[in-house]
Amino acid sequence: MTHNTVDKIEYVSFLEHKGKYKGLFSWIFATDHKRIALLYLYAIATFFFVGAILGLLMRLELIAPGETIMKPQTYNGIFTVHGIIMIFMVVIPGLSAVFGNFFLPILIGAKDVAFPKLNLFSWWVFIFGSVLAVASQFMKDGPPDTGWTFYAPYSTATGTNVIMATTAAFVLGFSSILTGLNFLVTIHQMRAPGMKFFNMPLFPWAIYATAWIQLLATPIIGITLLMLIAERLFGIGFFDPNLGGDPILFQHLFWIYSHPAVYVMILPAMGVITEIIPTFCQRRVYGYKAIALSSVAIAGVGFLVWGHHMYTSGMSNQARWFFSLLTFVVAVPSAIKVFNWLSTMYKGSIDLKPPFLYAVSFIFLFIIGGTTGLLLGSVATNVQVHDTAFIVAHFHYIIFGGMGFAFFAAIHYWLPKMYGKMYNFKRANIAWAIIFVGFNLLYFPQFILGFQGMPRRYFDYLPQFQTGEVISSIGGFILVSGLILMVYNLVMGVRKGEPSPANPWNGSTLEWQIPSPPSIENFDEAPVIKKNPYDYN
Amino acid sequence: MANNSSHITDYKVLTRVLLVLMFLTFLTISVTSYNLAAFTVTIALLIAGVKSFLVLSYFMHLKYESLLLRILVSIVFVLFALIVLITFIDYSYR
Amino acid sequence: MSDTNIHTEEHRNDDASKLGMWLFIFTELLLFGGLFLVYSIYRAQYPHNFHEGSLELSVTIGAINTIVLLFSSMTIAMALTAMQRNNKKLAMTMIVVTLVMAVVFLINKYFEWGAKFHHGLYPGSDLMALLERGHLLYFSLYFFMTALHAFHIIVGMVLLIVVLLRVKSNRIHAHKYVLLENGALYWHLVDLIWIFLFPLLYLIS
Repeated sequence: MTHNTVDKIEYVSFLEHKGKYKGLFSWIFATDHKRIALLYLYAIATFFFVGAILGLLMRLELIAPGETIMKPQTYNGIFTVHGIIMIFMVVIPGLSAVFGNFFLPILIGAKDVAFPKLNLFSWWVFIFGSVLAVASQFMKDGPPDTGWTFYAPYSTATGTNVIMATTAAFVLGFSSILTGLNFLVTIHQMRAPGMKFFNMPLFPWAIYATAWIQLLATPIIGITLLMLIAERLFGIGFFDPNLGGDPILFQHLFWIYSHPAVYVMILPAMGVITEIIPTFCQRRVYGYKAIALSSVAIAGVGFLVWGHHMYTSGMSNQARWFFSLLTFVVAVPSAIKVFNWLSTMYKGSIDLKPPFLYAVSFIFLFIIGGTTGLLLGSVATNVQVHDTAFIVAHFHYIIFGGMGFAFFAAIHYWLPKMYGKMYNFKRANIAWAIIFVGFNLLYFPQFILGFQGMPRRYFDYLPQFQTGEVISSIGGFILVSGLILMVYNLVMGVRKGEPSPANPWNGSTLEWQIPSPPSIENFDEAPVIKKNPYDYN
Repeated sequence: MANNSSHITDYKVLTRVLLVLMFLTFLTISVTSYNLAAFTVTIALLIAGVKSFLVLSYFMHLKYESLLLRILVSIVFVLFALIVLITFIDYSYR
Repeated sequence: MSDTNIHTEEHRNDDASKLGMWLFIFTELLLFGGLFLVYSIYRAQYPHNFHEGSLELSVTIGAINTIVLLFSSMTIAMALTAMQRNNKKLAMTMIVVTLVMAVVFLINKYFEWGAKFHHGLYPGSDLMALLERGHLLYFSLYFFMTALHAFHIIVGMVLLIVVLLRVKSNRIHAHKYVLLENGALYWHLVDLIWIFLFPLLYLIS
């Protein structure tokens, strides 16, 4: 057993390490958290492109009024599967399964997560669920057409593949729970000696808060989907009024999970930004404890605001103002974070490298998404724009502009560590500019369209909306071309790029103390734990 | 580090807890057989709460676990209670 | 490998395993929590129908099953105590007793369900369709909740059988019993849920 001789290990990167298996099997049966992270990365990137193509198809359909390239029923299927893929297979696992898996153990000075085999099992469950979700597209009853929210009573009645799609969501939720559980135990039990909770970098803090949401909220959607499946299969009445049920209760249960799930998407994104900004300003992060605790506060309060998705559902007035109030409260910790990021930049020596560009554009887009969220949180305006393109614009600003840009920031920040190679900066900057412009062109017009009354999920529209829809569609194509350039640049970087030094950005957290790419055990020598992880002197 | 802190619960303690649990079961059956209107639910749930507290504390050894774990368990119950309460803000005023 | 450095060699951390089990129990509690939420909403809306519904269940069978589960919860706790005191034989006996209790519970459940089916009362039946809204919801919840609970009983039994085999082959012993501990925790969870299911479904009138 060679790996037990601790004294002298020759450095072998985890990419070349020889384990029990060879070739492909050394990856798909790997228990090393870094390899599992890359497995997630490849899977999620693939699903992201499938989802993006579905999105483009919708934009093509909407480029002119009337039937352009598809039938209405196809359109319903496409926006549903676009939602299911993007939400359950890309955005929810995205940052925590890829970068959480790779960097959480390293950032807290651990050799691996607490349960490596369970970690691999989560990935397999994730793949199984994803296959089910994609297959629901092609089975004989036709793709589900309920929207990713599966609202009852339509979902109990439609003849499409709802059972398969909900089973897929259930299985994906199971994977999410197991990942969250693993990370929680890792953070509680595996921190390096000397690292207290308040010595942890802020990305692990964000992952910690996220993992609690994954663990405690996901079972609710699990049971809700099970009830829906039972209703369809056995006619057990829960939500269908014909069987005595109350469809609004489905909405309650659905959002009790799905609102916290929004924080599963955005909290790790905030964590990534909090890592990147101090590094490229060479400045200690401003208000460490405020950022750490605001993550926990967001997770906590985020559990109690679900009703703001349901203002027009027929919920009682008292519940509406209650949820509205709490929605404004949950904005406070998010705003605290933004203030802290800006204060960290103040008087820092700012270095405009690609990761930082993505990070600042994250802040910009997140502020737009966040403030329009407040607009939606107040009942009076919400009733006006509910189920219009305004909503679509708002949540794409949060999910894509927030989580998506944070994901791109993270990959540009950590890719040199993960692969030991550097990408081309110039091309990265150009790709960033195209993506940024394309993104705003795509989604900003939808705010205006929504205000003018363009409903969401509609396959057709009145001629007066055409200008906005065309601009939006053009933006979609610009965005995708930018994404292709970005991916090309990253892939070329990994394959042919210059070797990267251990600490290319002069970062101060633990991952930059070890070689790029890391060895199989991460730390061949015991890491030096600083009191404040962001100490730049 | 592992294991050595485990508390060993004596057979006698376990037996006593079981007897109390059985007593509470009979209590809840006999109480609910009277019609006390709204109180019936409250009493039944209170007794169930006491029973689950006993199971958690003694059978599941929570009494001897770290403070952290005990806090986490209570957070889960509080969170669930909050969710139920908030949902009722909708249903009781409709 | 010598026994002295067993901790470093096996990368074993019992505290981590136990914390992991507790976290899993949290998810199970919330899984049933969702059902209890649905129950409480519908019960508040249709108190009379729920009252009539609960009258149709046999309190005796429910009470017997409650006692059976409480007893099995104690025996599995005793199995852990026995293991900690290095009494392998007693530990195995106690696990077997727990398993027997689980079977008794399921048999009881089988007859209870069977009687309902016999009267034509099952999801999707013609009789169910004739019931009033609240009444229908009550039986929907009854069938779904008890079925999910029974499923957890079966999962727990499988887990305990694995534990039993490992105790037998000495892979669980007085210095390494975290799997038994976790199996027991899971079993208590099943009991814990029944503690709430019993009064809510059988008693409340």
